[in-house]
Amino acid sequence: MPSHAPCADNRVGTGSALKSGHKNGVIVPEQPGKSAIEVRGVRKVFGTGESQVAALDTVSVSIRENEFFTLLGPSGCGKTTLLRLIAGFDFPSAGEILLYGQDIAPLPPFKRPVNTVFQNYALFPHMTVAENIGFGLEMLGKPKAEVKARVAEMLKLVKMEALSNRRTSQISGGQQQRVALARALAPQPKVLLLDEPLSALDFKLRKEMQIELKRLQHETGITFIFVTHDQEEALTMSDRIAVMSSGKILQVGTPWDIYDKPAERFVADFIGETNFLTAAISGMGNGKARATLKSGATIDATVAEGFQPKDNATVVVRPEHAKLTNGKGDLSGTVENIVYFGTDTHIHVRLDSSEAFTVRQQNTRSAGCGFERGDKVGISIGNDAAQVLRD
Amino acid sequence: MASAEEVAKEAERRDIRDRWLLSAPALIIIFLAATGPLLIVVIYSFLTPGPYGDVVWKFSTDGWLSVLMQRDIFDDTLAFADAHLSIFWRSVKLSFLTTIFTLLFGFPTAYFIATRPARQRNIWLFLITIPFWTNLLIRTFAIQEVIRNEGIVNTVLIKLGIISQPIQMMFTDFALMVGMTYVYLPLMVLPLYASMEKIDFRLVEAGYDLYANRFQVLRRVIIPLVKPGIIAGSILVFIPALGAYVTPRVLGGTKNMMLGNLIELQFGQGRNWPLGSALSISLMAIVMVALLLYVRSVGRRGGAHG
Repeated sequence: MPSHAPCADNRVGTGSALKSGHKNGVIVPEQPGKSAIEVRGVRKVFGTGESQVAALDTVSVSIRENEFFTLLGPSGCGKTTLLRLIAGFDFPSAGEILLYGQDIAPLPPFKRPVNTVFQNYALFPHMTVAENIGFGLEMLGKPKAEVKARVAEMLKLVKMEALSNRRTSQISGGQQQRVALARALAPQPKVLLLDEPLSALDFKLRKEMQIELKRLQHETGITFIFVTHDQEEALTMSDRIAVMSSGKILQVGTPWDIYDKPAERFVADFIGETNFLTAAISGMGNGKARATLKSGATIDATVAEGFQPKDNATVVVRPEHAKLTNGKGDLSGTVENIVYFGTDTHIHVRLDSSEAFTVRQQNTRSAGCGFERGDKVGISIGNDAAQVLRD
Repeated sequence: MASAEEVAKEAERRDIRDRWLLSAPALIIIFLAATGPLLIVVIYSFLTPGPYGDVVWKFSTDGWLSVLMQRDIFDDTLAFADAHLSIFWRSVKLSFLTTIFTLLFGFPTAYFIATRPARQRNIWLFLITIPFWTNLLIRTFAIQEVIRNEGIVNTVLIKLGIISQPIQMMFTDFALMVGMTYVYLPLMVLPLYASMEKIDFRLVEAGYDLYANRFQVLRRVIIPLVKPGIIAGSILVFIPALGAYVTPRVLGGTKNMMLGNLIELQFGQGRNWPLGSALSISLMAIVMVALLLYVRSVGRRGGAHG
């Protein structure tokens, strides 16, 4: 459990925030919920012999019903491969994929109640918007009247009624995105897979679609599995995130867990900005420990799951969780650089231990940040600001 | 000093001259190789045949009349004759069948090539074009070697004891279809491949994802997407097939004549160049009408796409 109250306001949508165990900043126990997708020991190897590459290296993860679940990682981390295995476009080299308890790994994609929103939308260029949306239902052999009614319903859901007879080449990127969503949602899949669906949109449209996606997920109650390399997108939209790297899942957790309690250096580094400090760990217990920094100061820290005691552990502190002082703090150093960002200012400090440390300070209108380059400063780290990594 | 206006005018003049000079080779070729000869054919169709071939410069509509009629050799009256018409019909029918067969064999071939890794595709395309390196006549005789009574197929079947008498395949429509399909297959495969190569195969995946099975994906996604290739390939096969000469001559024999052979006959043994010219122009007219109808019907069904 996160040990402080996360701010629910910075997240898009409110309905799904409840599901992940947070309500108005009060922490309620997370309900395990039913598993919609259960990935068990899945491996995917491409190529043969010498040129073999494991795109997925024995991945296991459980995705709950009605969850907005995000696979986050840099390109080539295996997130799209995992999505394609769930969709059925590729088949795992080993392991099983369960959909509500049934192994779907050997089924062809057209026999899985799972639909995909493709990265480039993959709308059929020879069909109209309405024909695209009705395609899945038609292939399922639904009666014409039912298809028509459902298509109308979907058009309304994505606010595209006026353009139903347009060809997909005659509508904008954002509209294509909506059609792709409607097409994938129309057959009422048990799970919706989204493969970086927002990456082709410009910034403003992307923000709009993020809200739209959350709304759709809330309204339809369908489990969403969302693939992205955009950490901000993942943080704002997801109920839970799985951070992936080199074919492995490094950490699964709520956005708060991932941001505030990264388990490994890769996770901490990939999501947001972080300061890494070397420390000696003592007094471990109850997921907490005392970390003695190189400066000699001792701070409280939470400890990542699976941490093995060792001489030089890595402690992370987010820039906004540290405070710059004129006097003595937990750390001391010299201001190297000051970067103004509008909402806040980043102050880069070279610690006396020669490590680099960045402090993020909220800006006010009247005064500057209060420090200048070359200043000797202290840094105080809050009571609940540090996390000990397991690697 | 020349004024700015004069300089601009001079530049424009030079520009126009350069354009003519640059397009001159194309214009000369178009006139010498396309328009000119065609004009000669049209003129010849209205002249009188000479006694030993060639033409006598005397106006006559007999060439055209003979396309559909026959002049009685005793009383000189004209009567409708369907001999030429039936050869026309036969040619259209066989060319149509050739188009269908090349499409049936060419579509999977092109799909196979288009779905290979990029590096392998060129090898497959290269293999498809290899037959072009050999003379058409030689290739046709090679087919004859396979299907004639003492050919490979019959010999093997007899040796295996499956048949006791050779199957007569030479000089039948079957032989003709085998030959024509073989000869025109690359002309179908190449435009089909060009179309298929451009397919975004994520559309195929989208089809599978939306519960379409293999047959439905083929019918509802792939075929509509490669329609431009199907049109181009069909035109490329149908038109030369209609005027095919070597293949029907070698494999079809004299009984199974096609338009090309009929026309050749008029310029050779028939010594009736005006009739040959009239037949050639009729063939052209059929091709143009067929093309027009085809493109129209496809255009209507296809809408904006393709």
